[in-house]
Amino acid sequence: MRFVRKTHYNQDIQLFKHNGQRFWYGLLAVFVLSAPLWLDRFYLGELSLVFIYAIAGIGLMLLVGYTGLVSLGHAAFLAIGAYTHAYLLGSGWPFPAAIIGAASLTAFVGIIVAIPALRMTGIYLAIATLAFAVIVEQVLTHWQSVTGGYRGMLVPDAELFGLDLTTPVIFYFLCLLMLTISLLVALNLLRSSSGRAMVAVRDSEVSAQSMGIHIASTKRMAFAISAGFTGLAGALFAHKIGYLSPDAFTLLTSIQLLLMVVVGGLGSLHGVIFGAIFIGLLPQGIALLRDVVPPAIAQIPGIEPGIFGLILVLFLIYEPLGMYGRWQKIRLFFEEFPLYRKATYKRQKSYLRTERLR
Amino acid sequence: MLAADNIAVSFGGIKAVKDVSFNVERGEVFSIIGPNGAGKTTIFNLISRIYDVDHGSVTFDDKDITNVPTHAIAELGIARTFQNTELFERETVLKNLLIGCHIHRKTNLLKDLLFLPSVRVQELEFRRAVEEVIDLLDLQSYRDKVIGNLPYGVRKMVEVARALCLKPKLLLLDEPSSGLNPEETEDLSFWLEDIKEDLGITVIMVEHDMNLVSRASDRVMALTDGALITIGTPAEVQNHPEVLRAFLGD
Repeated sequence: MRFVRKTHYNQDIQLFKHNGQRFWYGLLAVFVLSAPLWLDRFYLGELSLVFIYAIAGIGLMLLVGYTGLVSLGHAAFLAIGAYTHAYLLGSGWPFPAAIIGAASLTAFVGIIVAIPALRMTGIYLAIATLAFAVIVEQVLTHWQSVTGGYRGMLVPDAELFGLDLTTPVIFYFLCLLMLTISLLVALNLLRSSSGRAMVAVRDSEVSAQSMGIHIASTKRMAFAISAGFTGLAGALFAHKIGYLSPDAFTLLTSIQLLLMVVVGGLGSLHGVIFGAIFIGLLPQGIALLRDVVPPAIAQIPGIEPGIFGLILVLFLIYEPLGMYGRWQKIRLFFEEFPLYRKATYKRQKSYLRTERLR
Repeated sequence: MLAADNIAVSFGGIKAVKDVSFNVERGEVFSIIGPNGAGKTTIFNLISRIYDVDHGSVTFDDKDITNVPTHAIAELGIARTFQNTELFERETVLKNLLIGCHIHRKTNLLKDLLFLPSVRVQELEFRRAVEEVIDLLDLQSYRDKVIGNLPYGVRKMVEVARALCLKPKLLLLDEPSSGLNPEETEDLSFWLEDIKEDLGITVIMVEHDMNLVSRASDRVMALTDGALITIGTPAEVQNHPEVLRAFLGD
């Protein structure tokens, strides 16, 4: 068990709480920075994809996990980011300007989506955002002069300071850099009053209001930031897939993104990373399994979405806090090793309204 | 300090508050009593602008607040607690109290995203302010506990603490002693005195515990069925025949 002796308020604010964290995150940094040296090019690409998913996941987590607004339309923000980025690059913008433009435009669209969404919560909001995603999909197929319609759109090759971004190693480091920046920005948000306002809106709107928090502008802000991150991820995603067409951004993509934050663990940034690894690497894991299990099982059609669904259901039943929740329990078990109490995380029935968690 | 002039509100056919007028003087503890459904909490919701009044007006510090938006009430210096606690359940006590500091922020979203030095300075200030409130209400041992795991009595006190973090001029307490044991209620009456004397905050409270009311409050207002019966000292109100009838029946 670790006890942190606090002597200054700064210790609550800083990103690393103690030397143990510094050590483990340092080790993680060494791992991801050295990955190109020992990892196969194919898996390096998959890892880049995990990073891209994680950036989109940060956006969705800020909205769903921290502000309590469900969105089934995040594939649309991903698409807007991707198409805008490709279009701007095609019009001759340099890479940094194009990616910032893509993220800003997506954030702006987020604000517009937030206007009708302000009055809705829960399932109604999910349906409204779903409708938004359908609209965007239609626009992508019919606005042929910009998006190329069903034929799709080639993402132009890009350069950054003379480095060719189509090289897997360079692209890997670009994704890593963007993910690191996104995580830092999200952490900054969450440890300051803007982020706390979001949490307040999630847990109790009426008391957030009487604390002087403007509900509508907080929700708008959450939508804008969430869409901005997802748009950034979309821009990187465009480079990753190389060729944009509307069927890359369907309802299934939105559901996959939502699955990522739920399986990872709602309400934690660790959860985003866990969820992104899960979503990004599971198809590869299933492909590997196919080679091992008997052909009769391996050839079952639709086994991949089936396994996705099964895992989601199992998580909802046994671990609503997701992979991060499970990780916390395992960590506590080792921290308190011989003294771990089995009932620590036992779920209790709550009878008073105030004891129930939404 | 706070004046309600002929305020009334009805929900459908039910007149929840009927033309009630009262004045709250600076620095006093003003209690509202009455049987269930008398309209006590509704009056709180009218003052804190969660409901709109049908007619009448509310003035605070000589400013008409009848049409001020809900979120602006806190900035004027009015803080409140809720009957069944409305805390941010999945966060720690510390974070709940920091949310209470929200109206004192001087940074904006962009500064927050970059965590500029000014944000850090502000965070340190907030933490200092929060610790003072924690010390006042003896919440040290719960600082890092998640609200969802705390007993009811502690949650009530955390809610008072969160309201104090707003540094209000007027504090509205909705049944602060409900769900507290006798010992905690005793503590509460001392804290009420501290809040009034040391922090100079005016308090309006809705309360059922007549012991606490008569010990802590300067003046009492009795309501029944949304109508005012009388306003006076605790002793006067307790012996008022109409009040006795409202509480005990004929």
